[in-house]
Amino acid sequence: MIGPEDIPVLPRGVRLHRDRVRGGWVLLAPERTLALDETGRAILAEIDGIRSFAAIAAALAATYDAPEAAIAADSQGFLGALLDRRFLEIRR
Amino acid sequence: MSVPPPIAMLAELTHRCPLACPYCSNPLELTRKDSELDTAAWAGIFRQAADLGVLQLHLSGGEPATRRDLTELVAEARAAGLYTNLITSGIGLTEKRLRALDAAGLDHIQLSLQGTDAAMADRIGGYRGGFDRKLEVARLIGKIGFPLTLNAVLHRQNLHQLPRAIEMAVEMGARRIEVATVQFHGWALKNREALMPTRAQARAADATVAEARARLKGVLVIDYVRADYHSDYPKRCMGGWGTTGLNVTPEGTVLPCHAAQTIPGLVFDSVRDRPLAEIWYEGAAFAAYRGTDWMREPCAGCERKTVDFGGCRCQAMALAGDPAAADPVCIKSPHHAALQARAEAFATAEASEILWRAAAG
Repeated sequence: MIGPEDIPVLPRGVRLHRDRVRGGWVLLAPERTLALDETGRAILAEIDGIRSFAAIAAALAATYDAPEAAIAADSQGFLGALLDRRFLEIRR
Repeated sequence: MSVPPPIAMLAELTHRCPLACPYCSNPLELTRKDSELDTAAWAGIFRQAADLGVLQLHLSGGEPATRRDLTELVAEARAAGLYTNLITSGIGLTEKRLRALDAAGLDHIQLSLQGTDAAMADRIGGYRGGFDRKLEVARLIGKIGFPLTLNAVLHRQNLHQLPRAIEMAVEMGARRIEVATVQFHGWALKNREALMPTRAQARAADATVAEARARLKGVLVIDYVRADYHSDYPKRCMGGWGTTGLNVTPEGTVLPCHAAQTIPGLVFDSVRDRPLAEIWYEGAAFAAYRGTDWMREPCAGCERKTVDFGGCRCQAMALAGDPAAADPVCIKSPHHAALQARAEAFATAEASEILWRAAAG
């Protein structure tokens, strides 16, 4: 579970990639490809290896004019699944 | 059906390999070095693949490190925009070479494991000193920081080492382990009596994997290819024939899967003669078993027909003598009971002489 102070990081070998043939964006990881919807891409695009999860949720809430608690809950689920698959790491 | 673009391409850069694993997925007739595609030809294929929609490139062999232009090929693949994975035994990779691959942009390394100690690994690989070299390469991979998948190939002779293989993956800092029970094609088909797991081993492996997945959640991802002769339903081979991935052989023949040449009557195109996109969308071999139109009973009316697409076509050929039959692994196949009996007979065979893979010229 990602806490507010945790800093999510895309580890080496995991990167966002624009899929110019199918359109849209994918997350490329070791021997796996994850097609991203707009929400997924928006969350991952905020990950810079510097800002905490709380800061990212706040930025997304401001950008999309949505309640921060709802954004945080959605992002937590999405990023938690990526953590389990080793597509994401946490710096504390 | 409308044909989706492929996601993955396996580039068999060469059939040459210092190892001689008795389950090698290369064909029995190996391509010689002088017939291999050159650097420029591969670079062209990588660009065609990216234009076609391929995202993931697997550089394989044989041992891809026997190609002296490997670093250049990685740089070309990355320049084409492909996620580039090296599938290797580790033999032939020095620190200097790994650093050059790093600079060229290599994304990920999949390191094979033939056993969890030198006695087992070097015997199965047919290469003395290979295990110690591999451990050194694993250490260098960690030092440089490449993401690592350990690929443990398991069969009757080493399945008891699975728990240790999982431990080793964690110790090496791997993010993933592929627990790959040998699939019986090509060289492995010749070694069924030596390599077929027992049913008890297959079930023990199921339990080991389930326990390790729960214990190592978030630490190590475990991908598991089961012993399918001991299963009730076949695997979804290649994610569905001609829908997800393609293979290119060392001399440029384009295949729907690495064993497809064992199916008589299929006609394969070469990238030397035809553009890759045309081969994917119009090639006869890709069209042959794509989708569900080719199916007969029990597949045609089966509720699982788009789950597993009737299983493996090459296995249907090898075991039922008919590539359009249901994979005999399936409980609905008329050959299922006979297959299970044969699997049991192979697994308890007294004679377990290993036939090692031949060397590619």
